[in-house]
Formats: sequence, C-alpha cells, structure tokens
Amino acid sequence: MQETVKKLTPEPEYKIIGTRPQRPDGVDKVTGRARFGADHNLPGQLTGLVLRSPHPHANIRSIDVSAAMALPGVKAIVTRDDFKDQGSEFVPAGEMLINYRDVVRNVMARERALYEGHAVAAVAALSPSIAKAALKLIKVDYEILPHVLDVDEAMAPGAPILHPGMITAGMDPAPKRESNVAKRVEFALGDVAKGFAAADVIVERHFETKSVHQGYIEPHACLATVAEDGQADIWVSTQGHWIVRAHCARLLGMDISKIRVTATEIGGGFGGKTVVYLEPLALALSRKAGKPVKMTMSRDEVFRATGPTSGAKMRIKIGATKDGRIVACDGELKYLAGAFQGSPVAPGCMCAFAPYDVDHVKIVGYDVVSNRPKVAAYRAPGGPISGYAVESVIDELASKLKLDPIAFRLKNAARQGTKAAYGPKFGPVGLVESLQAAQSHDHWKAPLKVNQGRGIAAGFWFNIGGETTVSIALNEDGTLVLMAGTPDIGGLRASLCMMAAEELGIGMDAIRVTIADTQSLGYNFLTGGSRSTFSSGMGVVEASRSIVKQVCERAAKLWELPTDAIEYVDGSVRPAGANAGKHPPMTLKQVAAMAGKTGGPIVGSSSINAHGAAPSFGVHLCDVEVDPETGRTTIIRYTVIQDAGRAIHPAYVEGQYQGGAVQGIGWALNEEYVYGTDGKLQNAGFLDYRIPVASDLPMIDTVIVEVPNPAHPYGVRGIGETPIVPPMGAIANAITHATGLRFQSLPMSPPKVLAAIDAARAVGDVNFKLKVA
Amino acid sequence: MRYEAPETLEAATALLAAEMGIARVLAGGTDLLVQMKTDMVDPALVVDLKRIGEMRTITKAVDGFHIGAAVSGAELKEQVELKQHWPGLVEAANLIGSTQIQGRATLGGNLCNASPAADSIPALIAANATVSIFGPKGRRQLAVEDVVLAPRKTALDKGEFVVSFHIPLRAKGMGDAYLRFIPRTEMDIAVVGAGIGLKTDPSGVITAARIGLGAVASRPLHVKAAGDALVGSKLDKAAVDKMVDAVRAACKPIDDKRGTIEFRIKVAGVIAARAAAIAYDRART
Repeated sequence: MQETVKKLTPEPEYKIIGTRPQRPDGVDKVTGRARFGADHNLPGQLTGLVLRSPHPHANIRSIDVSAAMALPGVKAIVTRDDFKDQGSEFVPAGEMLINYRDVVRNVMARERALYEGHAVAAVAALSPSIAKAALKLIKVDYEILPHVLDVDEAMAPGAPILHPGMITAGMDPAPKRESNVAKRVEFALGDVAKGFAAADVIVERHFETKSVHQGYIEPHACLATVAEDGQADIWVSTQGHWIVRAHCARLLGMDISKIRVTATEIGGGFGGKTVVYLEPLALALSRKAGKPVKMTMSRDEVFRATGPTSGAKMRIKIGATKDGRIVACDGELKYLAGAFQGSPVAPGCMCAFAPYDVDHVKIVGYDVVSNRPKVAAYRAPGGPISGYAVESVIDELASKLKLDPIAFRLKNAARQGTKAAYGPKFGPVGLVESLQAAQSHDHWKAPLKVNQGRGIAAGFWFNIGGETTVSIALNEDGTLVLMAGTPDIGGLRASLCMMAAEELGIGMDAIRVTIADTQSLGYNFLTGGSRSTFSSGMGVVEASRSIVKQVCERAAKLWELPTDAIEYVDGSVRPAGANAGKHPPMTLKQVAAMAGKTGGPIVGSSSINAHGAAPSFGVHLCDVEVDPETGRTTIIRYTVIQDAGRAIHPAYVEGQYQGGAVQGIGWALNEEYVYGTDGKLQNAGFLDYRIPVASDLPMIDTVIVEVPNPAHPYGVRGIGETPIVPPMGAIANAITHATGLRFQSLPMSPPKVLAAIDAARAVGDVNFKLKVA
Repeated sequence: MRYEAPETLEAATALLAAEMGIARVLAGGTDLLVQMKTDMVDPALVVDLKRIGEMRTITKAVDGFHIGAAVSGAELKEQVELKQHWPGLVEAANLIGSTQIQGRATLGGNLCNASPAADSIPALIAANATVSIFGPKGRRQLAVEDVVLAPRKTALDKGEFVVSFHIPLRAKGMGDAYLRFIPRTEMDIAVVGAGIGLKTDPSGVITAARIGLGAVASRPLHVKAAGDALVGSKLDKAAVDKMVDAVRAACKPIDDKRGTIEFRIKVAGVIAARAAAIAYDRART
C-alpha cells in the first residue's frame, strides 16, 4: 500500500487534526434534509423569470412591457430602467476584479444585448406559467449588430466593437483607436533575449483552449423579500453572502444594513457563485411587487448566462541548456473575457512559469471582450489554461533533451527562495517534495500496454487570505457554538470544528458550527482563493485561544490566584507551578456553569485580515489509452500528489484533489462551448456539454505531501484550486506518449484525435505509435 | 393541456384522431416530458397508452416475440428468454439513458421519437423487426426501418400509434450485436450506432446478415449492401473490409456538436466491424 499522507516534518502530537471524523453537515446532506438555494420558500411568494436576448449582439432600441404587465397574475416587471447606471469602479470578486459599470449591465442589459442569454427583463408573477406567458408578451425592439466570438477575430482591426470608446489599458503610449482589447498586462524578470542566447534547445508552440463552464450541479437560485419599510432578506446559494449584500446594496441603492443575506447550502460553485445574477433582480422585483420573489435558473440559463472561464490562444517559448537547465521563458496569452472585461489573464500570466526557477522570463497577456457570457472565476482562474500550454512545452523540451520529465522538472523546480516572475520570493513550498513523491510512486514505474501512454504535469496556485470574522460562544452547559462566515463548499465546517476542538481539548461533538448570515457576524470575504480553511481556520484558532484565556481568568478569579498561575489542559483549568494541586481541576463545563457569577458570558471572537496564505504546488500522473480507430481517450490511471501544508481533515483534502482532477479530465477531453455561426450556444446542457460521468473515470489516487505553511498555526495551505491546474497538461502529455502526436488544442475530443491520427498515417509520420489490434 | 389515459386501442385512436391541436402519445415520457419542459412542444392533448394491456406485455409465440411498445427498458432486461435470443437488441434498449430512465423508457418511444440517433432502432433493424400499428383504419404492419422518415417525422398517420414489435425467434446459428460510439461511457447520445444480425450455417459461413446504422443519416438506415457483403464469408478480413466500405458508402451524416462528417463515416465502419465480430461470435456459440 502506497503511503497517502507524507509527513515531512516531525509531527506535533495532535488529537484531532489529521483524523477523519464525520462531517457536521453530513447527515443532512445524505438524508436530503439539507436546504439548498431552491429549497427556501415563503408564504405568498411569486415566481421570477428572466427574459433573455436571443441575439449575440444587438442594440436595444426599446422595451415595451405594457402587454405583459396587463396579464392577470403579473405583479412586477423590471428592466434596465429600474437600475441606476454605475460609474467605472473595480472591486474584488474572488481572485478576480469586477467593475460596477459592467455588473449593472450584466445583470440587466442597458444599451445593448452583448451575448445570447443576456438578461433584458425580469417578471414576477403568481405562477411559473403566468411568468412564462408574460415573458412572451414583452416586446423588445432589437437592432441586430454583427457579433464576434473568436479571440483573434475580436482583436483584429475592423472587428465589431462591443464597447464603443474602449481603449486598451496598460499600453504606453495608449492606443488611439478603440478595440475589444480591454487590457494588456506584462510580467518580466531578467532579460529573455539574453536567456535564449544561452539556450541549446528552444521549443516554441501555439495552443488553444475553449470556454468551459464550472459545471456545478445546483443551478443559481434565490428567494428575496423586501418589506414595506425597506428591510430586505435574501436566501441564496452563494460562495459569499457579504459580497451579495454589497453588490445588491450598490445596484439597488440600498443601505448595506437593510439587506440580510443568508447563504444556503451550496451544490457546487467552483468560483462561479462569487458574482450576482438573479439576486438584484429578485430584490428589485420584490420591492416593486411587495411580495417575496423566488428565482431559479434552468440549466439552459446557467450555461448561456453565467460565467464560464476563458477560452484562450497562447504562444509559449522555453529554452534550456543541454544539461537540462531552463534559461528563458517567453509567452503571450490572449484570454476571452466574455462580454465585459475581466478575464483571468493576469493570474494566467503569473501562474504560467511559477513552478520553475528561471532567471529570464517575460509574459504578456491580453484581456479580450467578445459576444459570449462574461467569464466568472473558475477554480484557479486562468492557471489551468496557461499551465496546460507551459507543461506541454516542458514535456517536449524534456523529450528533446532526452531527460526524464520528472528529473527535468526537479532540476528546475521552484523552491524556498526562488523569485517568481510575478514578484515574490517563495517561502517553504512543496514542489520538490511532490516531484520526489511522484518519482517514488509505484504509478510512475508501472508497465504500460500497447496504445497506452503516461503523462506528468506540475501546477501552482497562489491562494489568498483576506477579511474574516469568527465567533465562538461557550454555552452554559460547556458546549460551544461556532459561527463562521465563509460558505462551506468542501468540508469547511468539519475542518473548523476540528481546529476548535484541538485548541480547546474537547470532543468535536461539543461544538456546533454554523455559517452565520450577514446580520449575525462581522464582515467576511467570500469562499474563494482556497482561503476558507486557511482564513476562517486562523480566526477559529484565535477565537478558541481567547476562550481559553477567559476561562483561565475566571478560574483565577474564583481561586484568587494570578492568571499566570492557571493552566488549561485537555479541556480543564487547574492551578499550575507552585500552586499545582491547590484546587481540583475545573472542566470547561464547570467554568461555563459559573460564567454568570464570574463575569458574564464567555465569547471568543476574531476579526482579521488573514495574512500569510502560501501557495500550493501539485504534480499529477496520468495514464491513458487511445483507441487507434476512433480517437477515443480512456483515462486508465490517475494520481494526484500535492502539498497541503497540513491536512486538517485528509479525506476532504483528498476529495478536493480528486474533484479538481476530474474537472480537468473533462476540460482536457470533451468539455467546450460550441457556437453556431449565428453566435448562439449549441450545447447548453449536460447532454452535449460533456462533463465526465463516474464510469468514465478510474479511482483517482492521491498523495498528500505536507510542507507546513509557517504563517498558519496548523501549517495550512489552501488546496482547493491547485488540483485543476495540472490535469490538461498531464493528459496531453500522456496522449503524446501514447500516440507520438502532440495536441495543441483542447479539448482532445475523439474527432480531433482521430483526424490527427489519420493525418499522421497519411503522411507516414515516423513518430506515430498507435497500433490496431 | 388535456391528459387522457384510455384502456383500449380503439379509445386511444379515437382521442388522437379527434384532437384538432397538437396531440402526443405518452409512454415512458422520457422524451416527451423533456420536450414539454424545454418548450419544444406544447401539446393540447397527451394520451397515455400505458393502461392498454397489449402495449405493456411481452409474449413469445411460435412466430416470435411480441413486445408491447410501452414495455420499459428495465422490464426488457428481466426477459431471460428474449435476452438469450436477441442479446444485442436488449443491450441496445438498455443503453438508453440512466438506470432511472430505464424504468420508464420504452422501445415504442425510442422509435416514435424519430431521432436518427435512437439506440434501439439499428438493433431492431438487425433483428428484422416489424411493428404493429393501430389507427382509425385498424391495424397494419410495417418494417421497423420504414417507420422513421426524417428527424422527428414518422410514417404514422393522424390517429395512429405503434402498439407492439414483432421479432422473429432466433434460429440456431444466429447472433446479433449493437455498438455505439459516444465520447463518454454513459449518459450520452450515439454519435454513430451499428446493429448487426447474422445467420451462419454449421460450418460457420454467413448465410444472411442485416446491418442497421444510427446517427449517420437523417434516419436510421438498413444497409442491405453491407449485410450482403458478409454473406458467403466466415467474417474474414476481405468480407469485413467490403462490409465496412458499404457501411461508409451509405453514411450521409451531418457536422454537428456531436461529431464531424468525416468522423462519423469513419467510425461507422469501425464499430460496424466490431459489432459484426461480436454477432459472429454469438452466432457460433
């Protein structure tokens, strides 16, 4: 049996950290009792539905809602006229930025419909069928404009312009002509010309990836109610309810304190639930109708109108010396942002070469708008796209240099002290350890059969901290209530509970953990950037230690001893040092029972901006078999190896590793937005937008490498995003190994692979390796 | 929308024939209900056929199996004898949708939904199935390959519906198989489907072969030339190559989100050859 958690430093003696208890939300989720976005209802609620543009690009001359409003049972209709225009102001959304000028236009089209599916009006009515009928009665006068979908076409002179007057930012001098290029970014280190001059081998390749959706199973849903006095409540499936509150307050011109947001259980988000779509519409409709309004997207709407991540075209050039030292990296990334600026091209640039210690690096990125839905964050936004291209070139270089791909990566791996091209020097990081774990894994040495190939790729993600509030209250019976504000999307409640229990020396079942609403706790930034176990965990530790301190103070008061003469051990206080044994120990329960008499309730809280988030590196190994007659690729073995800093609950860390790999497998093999020449999406559903099903996959094996993050009390690193960075590179490299052909375009779907196989056969490509049985 | 659930063939026909608006028959509903929910169709009348006995029963007679058009895939799977006779057909029917869908999906629905990509139709063609149709003028029979005319269009007249399928008994030396190509392993629609039914003599020489193809034209095809190419052979390479050529020559597919023209033509030959190998194996054992 392969070791699955690699402890690289002497382990402190934890009682709970590192064990695998049942999650607090487990029973409700297994029984169906858990309430997700669409499971919330109020008496008298109306159904809200959205009218969406059937055109990818059109001026909206007028919207006539009079016939729809006259339909019996229709209670309110909102259009662009119900939302005040917003000036240009960028605010953080996960690891990406959004601009309120664009947000107000994305939730409800103003001058133009900019993509098929763009919201144009919303109706609230007594029933879904009335609302549906009302949508058909709304008359929108469109002036159809030429559309553009492809990144190169959108950048070309003469392309249809989405935002008249948009001048590319980040250029010096600034261009005089408007274009669809919102922004140019550049990151550089050293002098690439000098670096390439020292190279013995240079590989330069072009790559393409397609827009892909996060594919969360739960569609967007919310229930909103605005009372007569303007106090509002909204229940919503979101990754950040404080963010929902902020955006809605801004778009609706309401005070923040007027809106209470409750995060429901969430059926997947992967970054896609960090922005608002339905929420401001539901509040606006409720405010107008004076009734609660419930809105739920169909799957079709989810695909057409919510954020996929960027498709991209890229050029990557890497040079190395004969002995396998990388001397220069150069790249150009063009990412599709969708209808509004804000693609993750900057993080894509920053991630691209991050796994390697290279002196000379230059990478330029372009953020390009087109008539597609506005992209939203998707798990390590931007990283998987550039990572696929870079890891493909690294693999080709290794093969040209006749070097083992792990040895080549080890020779160049980023480590403590490496200066990344995007600025910082890395602290302790676990790439070397992960590569070594890959090298010694039995997967790496297992034999392969005919038409099979093995690939490897590395990946990096930054991770973030951010604003966090946590509160822990000691109940009168000695149990505790823990409130956090980062929605639990991957086992957070279990991990927080475990950290509190470890600190307090008590069992997990004494702590009930809740994701508090925006009215019950101080501000929390959203769950994103792999930050929640890191940041809310830090808060939990601080709040727990505050409880311990207060408990010691109460005992000191009672025993008339100085506070420093009290120690807290295993859930009890007792006199220490010279006073040891003077009084029998008091349990947390006993202290809690006397809290009223010793000074009042005991509550520990923490309000922090969590600093010290540390990156996580991962290495994926993948075996594929390619059918030489159909081009179909089967994943036959897959291993994820990644540095977790320290795994609080290893099973949920493994779950994140597996889930990221599976999403990457879909991205690599079949997932893509398919558009017709009419600019309309042709596969807005899970039938033809093919995420993997269980039978497509082998068991995804995992190895948790632990190189603790010194900035976190338990050594935690964020781990949720890195696992989607390496898969496309690993699979592409495996397919190359199996076929002898290199695929520079995702997805590597059967028609594409078979066409390449046929072309290789036709020209007698000497590298081609597949054999028909 | 009006919902009716008649208990006789005559009552069902009368309802369907009298409806002036859009009328749809309901068996498993796995296509119809999805089409209604996604606004593809808004029927004025839905006639549920599941209360009509003949539509829900499977009988084995001297002339073969009679399978009610509203029998579900899960029920077919339980038919040990049918599976022994026509394993390829039952496998094809069981490929439609997930386990949950199998509890509802029917052969009649898969046929009358009139999708060129329906999984059961090439297998029914391979098994030489005929359908029994009931309508205002009474009962008539039609070869299964003559039912679907084009996407969403069948040879059924107003008021008509498919009551049952007739499949001959498998004689000694016969075998069938159905294979489809999908990018995933489940929960997908055939990019190409091929059903093969073979008859061999005691020495292993193929004496008859029927080949049905799905998703390579505007309707499922019976490719006679492809079946004939195998006759007289022991499924040797030359005969298979000839069959594959005939299959590819018959393909008139489209480029769409599920596959390209070139891919479908190429892969139709590949999976027809693979299905033939399975069918031949079954015929010999």
